[in-house]
This record gives sequence, structure tokens and C-alpha cells, in this order.
Amino acid sequence: MTMNAFITGAYDTAVGELPGSSCMGLHAEAALGAVADAGLKLSDIDGVLCAYSFTEPHLMLASVFCEFLGIHPGFCAAVQAGGASACIMVMQAAALVASGQCRHVLVVTGDNRLTGLSRDGAVAALAEVGHPQFERPFGISVPASYALVAQRYMHEFGTTPEQLAAIAVEHRRHAGRHPKAQRREPITVEQVLASKLIASPLRLLDCCLISDGGAALVVSSRPAAADTSGRAIEILGAGQGHTHEHIVAAPSLVDFGCKASSAAAFARAGVKPADIDVALIYDSFTITLLVELESIGFFERGEAGAAAARGELGLNGRLPCNTHGGLLSYGHSGAAGGMFHAVEAVHQLRGHADARQVADAELAFVHGDGGILSAHCSLVLGRQ
Amino acid sequence: MSSRPLPQPNADTRPFWDGCAAGELRYQCCDRCGQVQLIPRSLCAGCQHTALAWKVSGGRGRILSHTTVHRAPTPAFRGDLPYVIALVDMDEGFRLMVNVQGGAEPALAIGQPVRIGFVEVEGMPLPIAQRLTEVSA
Repeated sequence: MTMNAFITGAYDTAVGELPGSSCMGLHAEAALGAVADAGLKLSDIDGVLCAYSFTEPHLMLASVFCEFLGIHPGFCAAVQAGGASACIMVMQAAALVASGQCRHVLVVTGDNRLTGLSRDGAVAALAEVGHPQFERPFGISVPASYALVAQRYMHEFGTTPEQLAAIAVEHRRHAGRHPKAQRREPITVEQVLASKLIASPLRLLDCCLISDGGAALVVSSRPAAADTSGRAIEILGAGQGHTHEHIVAAPSLVDFGCKASSAAAFARAGVKPADIDVALIYDSFTITLLVELESIGFFERGEAGAAAARGELGLNGRLPCNTHGGLLSYGHSGAAGGMFHAVEAVHQLRGHADARQVADAELAFVHGDGGILSAHCSLVLGRQ
Repeated sequence: MSSRPLPQPNADTRPFWDGCAAGELRYQCCDRCGQVQLIPRSLCAGCQHTALAWKVSGGRGRILSHTTVHRAPTPAFRGDLPYVIALVDMDEGFRLMVNVQGGAEPALAIGQPVRIGFVEVEGMPLPIAQRLTEVSA
């Protein structure tokens, strides 16, 4: 099946601690990189989707960006869905080009969350997603919210801290193969278990990084894709799932919207989880990835942890997952964090992933989760 | 210096916070479908009916999940570290997030019975979970 939409350009900036970077500067670098990668001119872009920023927040971020870059597209809007933003932007861009409203949509993200905000500042800003009256007065944070999921999930399905640690270790191994990754030095399960407690049972090395960085894609219609010079990647399926915003209001602590979003994306693409060659799945915490892997159906309940410990998420494993190192080890700069997953999928499907290339990767699954497993969007991408 | 983010009651939530001040844990119950909800709002999240009754909880529930926080979200909470946050499923069927009196020790268990009491924080009464043994529950 088809969604009549193609990723024709992709670009990611450096990530990590980038002194001198700015939110809009990172947006611009990523945007120009993606447009050049597609072999297009900036004037070919007739639609722009942005997400959100912590360091340069604005009610109309997409308009701010277009003004900054000096472009005047026919369509311009911002999408704010936390970690699901990148995938939702791609899904929205696909709808724009498939409907004929646009030919080439630029989806662009970036933030200098590390140098522009500091770690304390980023933690505090993120905590504001908690409910102002029924969560935040009790000292909730994003890690503590995910810790509540982890504690319950481990209780119900027997997942162990060692198994969560194995996920962190594998991500670091992946990152070691990516020259741009923020954290590349290997870590062990023992080091993860000895890292400081953030919110039990989650420890520092169970948590994603805080980074500066930007990433962008160009999404083109089928006829417009013929004007591009890069290897186009087809968007075969997409879906979303939304169950709650605040963890206190989640209908379940073990079943989330990723089930619906992935089922819709797989059905649209006409494929099943076992067909996927490489998975790029949101990994804000080790527990995030584990819950998603089991809810989406890549592993049975209670089995993803043991599988991770056996190396099944590794480059030559049953499901190579987050080959760039993910949010845990590659980097996480707001909406760009999720976009790094999508850009890595493009690298993999084009065969450009160098030392971390999954052999003969033809089908990729990309997934973003925003809030506390609140908003989900899944994509199935395929090599032409 | 920095103060805790305290609830700012609005038209929907004021009866709940007034209840806390009176030592009552109040919740909404839909007149049409009977669904209960903790976060007060102008309609039922189950059927969107707008006639809701306020009820008073017996204050008993069980721990659905819990975490001991060692990294504060803002400086205002640093003095409380480590503190416990729990999700509690109340006997009446609604769920709330609270701190746990006494912190992490003795160890909490999922399913453990608790009673909701109230504690004043910077002049604002907040619900808080208090441990109950199975016998006294």
C-alpha cells in the first residue's frame, strides 16, 4: 500500500554540547542541509512544519523560523506533541503532499537544550508537563512519571533492573559506531546499576541525554519526488494513538497508545512487525523502549528485557534497534530527539549508515512517544 | 527563594480543594453513567454528560505504583529529597497522585492499603497517603 509521500531529503547537525549554537540557528542548518540533500532549492519548499523549543519558545514557532530563514511558504504550522512531534510532523507532511496541497514540505526541529538551558533548567522545564493541580504539587518530574510506569511494569511482568540496564548498554554499543553520537564510551550493566538513582527504579543511565542539535527532513509528493536527486524513501504507513496526557489519568500503566498507532501504521503499510529490518523507537528511558517493544508486538510481554540482555536489539540481533544510539546515547534535543530516529531510518534505508549499517535494510519502523507514553505516532518507511 | 508549585483552584477544581481544607477527599460522579473522576471538570470524561455529583471518599485505597524521587524537578523540592510519589487507586474507583507520609521507609509494596490524610504545605492543604497495615485496613 502507499501513502503517496516520500522522504527525499534528510539532515542532522552535530549533537551534544554545541557552544555558540542557537535554537533557530540549528533549525536553519538542519533545514538547509535537508533541502540540499534532496537536491532542491529553498524556493522549491512550499510547506514548513516546525515543532517547539525550550530555549526560544514562541506561540508561532514555524512563523519565527520562516522569518529567520527568510522564506515565505504557502503552508506553515507548528506541531507540539512532545516526543511524538517528529513522527506526527512526517505524518502531517505526508498528508499535505498526498492531498496536493504542497509538493515539498520541510519538517524541521532543533534546540540548544543543553547549552541554552542547563541540565537543571531542562529538568525543570520538562516537569511542567505534569498536571498543575494534581501532579506538580507532589514534586512530579518526567523521570518520576516514567518510574511509576517502570515500577508497575516490573511488578506485573517480572522485568528486572539488569534487563533495563542491558537496553542502556546496547544503546551505548550502537552509539560507539556513530561518529556524531554524544556518548560513545562503552558502559556495562554494573555501571548502569551503580549510577545514581533519579527516581526508583530508574537510575541516571536509564535516562536519556540532554543535548543541543537539530534535524530535518523533506517530504515530497510522488510526482515532486521525481525532481529530487537523493534516494527517496517511501512513507508506507503511519498511525497515531492517544490515551491521556497526564500519567495520573492514564487508563493503564502497561498498555499505551503505541499499540493503536503501530497497528494502524502496519495495516496501512501491509506489513507486520516481523517484517521490519531496523527499528528506531523512542527511548527517553530504558523502560520507555521496553514497554513500546512489547506493546507494539516486537516481543511478547515480559520478554523484551531478556531479549535485550541476549543482544537481540544489537546490530546483528533479531531486531536492530536505535542503531544511532537513540536518546539514551546519541542525543536528545527536544523534538529533534525524535527526528534523529527518523533521520537514522533514512540513513539505514539508503544504505548510508556506515559501520552501523543493517545489512539489506528495506523496511524501517520509526516511533515517537510524547508526554508520559501519552501521544504516539508510528511510521513504516521503505526503500524504493 | 523558589516556592513549590501549589494548586491554583479554578471554577472546576475549587470544590475539591475546599474539600481538602475541610478534611474531605471529594470526587465527581456522573449522574448519567456513574463514572467517577478525580481531576474535576465540567463534564464526565466517560459520556460527556454535564451533570456531576460531588461525593466524599472514604479515604481508603491501594498503591498502584510508587517511586522514590532522588532528583528534584525544581529547587523547591530539594529539601524534601528523597520523597515518595504514589499513584493510589481508591476504593471508590478513582485514582490520585500523592506523596507518602514518612517517605520510602518502611518499603512500600504495590497493592499495599493506604489512607488519604491531609498535610498543609505553605498554607495549602494537600492530600497525602498514610500507610495502613492489612489488619487495620
